[in-house]
Amino acid sequence: MSYKGNFKVWRGDDTSGGLEDFVVEVNEGEVVLDIIHRLQATQAPDLAVRWNCKAGKCGSCSAEINGMPRLLCMTRMSVFTEQETITVTPLRTFPVVRDLVTDVSYNYQKAREVPSFTPPENLGLGEYRMKQRDVERSQEFRKCIECFLCQNTCHVIRDHEENKESFSGPRFLMRIAELEMHPLDTEDRTRDAQDEHGLGYCNITKCCTEVCPEHIKITDNALIPMKERVADRKYDPIVWLGNQLFRRGSHNKH
Amino acid sequence: MVQVQVERFAYDVVVIGAGGAGLRAAIEARQQGKRTAIVTKSLFGKAHTVMAEGGCAASMGNVNAKDNWEVHFRDTMRGGKFLNNWRMAELHAKEAPDRVWELETYGALFDRTKDGRISQRNFGGHTYPRLAHVGDRTGLEMIRTMQQKIVSLQQEDFEEHGDYEAMLKVFPECTITELIKDGDRISGAFAYWRDSGKFLLFETPAIVLATGGIGKSFKVTSNSWEYTGDGHALALRAGATLINMEFVQFHPTGMVWPPSVKGILVTEGVRGDGGVLKNSTGERFMFGYIPDVFKGQYAETEKEADAWYKDQDNNRRTPDLLPRDEVARAINSEVKAGRGSPHGGVFLDIASRLPADEIRRRLPSMYHQFKELADVDITSQPMEVGPTCHYVMGGVEVDPDTASSVVPGLFAAGEVAGGMHGSNRLGGNSLSDLIVFGRRAGLGAVSYLDGLAERPTISESDVDDAANRAVAPFDWPTEGQAENPYTIHAELQQSMNDLVGIIRKEEEVQQALDKLVELKERARFVAVEGRREFNPGWHLSLDLRNMLLVSECVAKAALMRTESRGGHTRDDFPGMDAQWRNTLLVCSSDERGTHAEVAAKPQEPMREDLLELFELSELEKYYTDEELTQHSGRAGQ
Ligand SMILES: Cc1cc2nc3c(=O)[nH]c(=O)nc-3n(C[C@H](O)[C@H](O)[C@H](O)COP(=O)(O)OP(=O)(O)OC[C@H]3O[C@@H](n4cnc5c(N)ncnc54)[C@H](O)[C@@H]3O)c2cc1C
Ligand code: SF4
Ligand code: SF4
Ligand code: FES
Repeated sequence: MSYKGNFKVWRGDDTSGGLEDFVVEVNEGEVVLDIIHRLQATQAPDLAVRWNCKAGKCGSCSAEINGMPRLLCMTRMSVFTEQETITVTPLRTFPVVRDLVTDVSYNYQKAREVPSFTPPENLGLGEYRMKQRDVERSQEFRKCIECFLCQNTCHVIRDHEENKESFSGPRFLMRIAELEMHPLDTEDRTRDAQDEHGLGYCNITKCCTEVCPEHIKITDNALIPMKERVADRKYDPIVWLGNQLFRRGSHNKH
Repeated sequence: MVQVQVERFAYDVVVIGAGGAGLRAAIEARQQGKRTAIVTKSLFGKAHTVMAEGGCAASMGNVNAKDNWEVHFRDTMRGGKFLNNWRMAELHAKEAPDRVWELETYGALFDRTKDGRISQRNFGGHTYPRLAHVGDRTGLEMIRTMQQKIVSLQQEDFEEHGDYEAMLKVFPECTITELIKDGDRISGAFAYWRDSGKFLLFETPAIVLATGGIGKSFKVTSNSWEYTGDGHALALRAGATLINMEFVQFHPTGMVWPPSVKGILVTEGVRGDGGVLKNSTGERFMFGYIPDVFKGQYAETEKEADAWYKDQDNNRRTPDLLPRDEVARAINSEVKAGRGSPHGGVFLDIASRLPADEIRRRLPSMYHQFKELADVDITSQPMEVGPTCHYVMGGVEVDPDTASSVVPGLFAAGEVAGGMHGSNRLGGNSLSDLIVFGRRAGLGAVSYLDGLAERPTISESDVDDAANRAVAPFDWPTEGQAENPYTIHAELQQSMNDLVGIIRKEEEVQQALDKLVELKERARFVAVEGRREFNPGWHLSLDLRNMLLVSECVAKAALMRTESRGGHTRDDFPGMDAQWRNTLLVCSSDERGTHAEVAAKPQEPMREDLLELFELSELEKYYTDEELTQHSGRAGQ
């Protein structure tokens, strides 16, 4: 049950490039990454692609298939018709390195700016006690395989290079939510989320949630609750008063 | 001569590998105040460890309070058929709980027991529920946790030095191709950036190898492209030795259909949580495959096996959870006897054993994997599974306490190190191995540095040599035919799979060795097109050299060991031979790695207090009479 499939694959680098046509054998049960590998082995030995696990676990093989952000290893050929031409292009939000490989270092920079887990000081090894239902919220976010498809999709930075500086993207806003919901973390990142990581840019369109291969409810379970926390904090009278006093205090010095 | 431009870096410690072992080693070295680099072929956070599913073994005793390090030690030695390096098994069993708890202080969120402690699950060969886990994505939790710990150390460094990378830097998508020595000591390593193809040189007195395994030399495997045995080959070429290379673990349950996913792992957690193996007649065949050494330790009826999940004190465990080598061989026999599933495996049934929502909760990624890749709903249909090349027990011969190889300055931890698991690794014992010996390798490197009088140096001719070897595949041969690296790789995989696979015999292994001679010769003419920027054909050409050398070690050792034990089954020598138990096969090679040699040497006898942890009657199944004269059970006679 094999047929010849038509493919267009983007080839090039940071200076130039375009779609190249290929006709490739497709066999029963295959995924798009199998086809890319067959291209490498038979027609284009230097075709660049990232992958590791081939089982949707490592988040390396992100690309766009017919314009949709997807994992190459989890997109089965059977979702397309045999006549269809399948177009594979690199993630659009990140600079191209070569062919299907993009420079995702933006994400690692943003990761480094989120204040880390801050453990309680009074607990030693083996003394942590947490209820399953209390860890479950953060566990959902820790399913993230860092494929960066959500980052690639979010309109705040897709085609808006200028926002990258002040916006960490759904993945890392979710990381903040994860730490905030960790039962034993002792740090407060709520203000940071708004002021340093650009939570305010998010207008809850849920596009990130739609592309997440781990089916994490990024918007509903991480971003919206974070927005609520920020709002609570802003209108919390004591915090508000504290902020005012602090401002006045620093003002008086001048 | 190529025009070489080489970017240079100087570090105290260079860790090669960003899996669990590498990250833990780097954390330790940095916490001890050493400037540390982590070099990895893939992106940060994507190493093979991310794929581990079932869990991490540590006798915390959270689910069954009877568990302790002694029980874990005994299980590990039994699993490895008493060929393990007993000191490593001891350190591992003793230190694993602290290392797991330490991950909690880095932010890990394992699944919990009712009273809020880390939950533990059953796994093959472990007497009590012992595996800390997060659903079936434990490796992801471990790698992300350590990745985030590294970020937090970098944040501290930023506070202090104004530079995140002042003390600890990750070099992602960067491949080490050569280790460099000054006399007999390590002095550096040569590498290329995968994206630009440019060269780098690390000047460093201490290197920790944490490069993982070798599975990509086999056709059906659960391993990724990274598993080309680089660390094994780098160690050999630097003059270090490998042990136990004949022992390769074939995991009993890999996917068998569709062809493109053949080999992808189905976690043992499925059986740990109640899944059972069945043949085409619906029989739970494992009851017929309990080997003599394990008689009496496993349930003999379905009723007892099923009762065991609820009440482990009064029932024996199901033979579905025998050590992996036993289960893999049993599946192989069933298929050979014509009782296999439609696509050449057997059935793994969880659907009839647990409610659908419970299956989805406990095994979410298995549910997802079968649904998306095979159109199988595991909550209502059985899975089809068969053996897949999964793990190499063999690796760099190290000092158990410091993880040092025989080459001064060269350390190894994780799957690339040998000894800990003997002839067969228990599930869950790798993730714990990574954190126990990752930390020890970091400490080993630190104390080596502290005792070093002066920094070794690198000679320029070694750097030129390394660069020349790296670009050789771009030189098309002037005579003869150029070879395609993908073709050679495919032939190697087929040959190792068919001839040095799960069941071996002399003629076949010999054939594989002949094939290796041919492939090595052809590999000299490998040539690639294109440029050096992110060129997978070029990368594979360089990896091929490592795969060929390591495969030669596996085949030669497999030929020499004329018995069957753990991950080495000889059709022509089906029994376990007590004379072989204490024999290690040690591999070495010349500097260029053109030729591997294997020599036998005896292993150090187990310390007496550890030997006393076992009943004499059990030891008698494995040991020769002379070896047991000291045991207290004998001394009285
Ligand atoms: C699907 C699957 C499931 C598993 N499940 C379990 C489980 O439940 N429990 C368990 O205990 N074990 C499990 N294992 C085994 C376990 O995951 C591995 O043995 C372990 O993760 C290996 O870790 P490591 O740190 O040694 O190496 P890895 O995590 O493989 O990391 C190797 C690193 O070395 C780098 N590297 C290699 N060569 C070079 C080079 N030349 N230059 C630079 N960098 C290099 C790689 O890029 C990578 O970063 C599983 C394995 C698989 C495949
Ligand atoms: S919900 Fe927010 S973060 Fe997600 S895609 Fe929309 S704007 Fe971006
Ligand atoms: S949240 Fe989902 S889409 Fe975003 S990086 Fe993680 S796994 Fe990928
Ligand atoms: S290769 Fe790992 S997610 Fe696709």
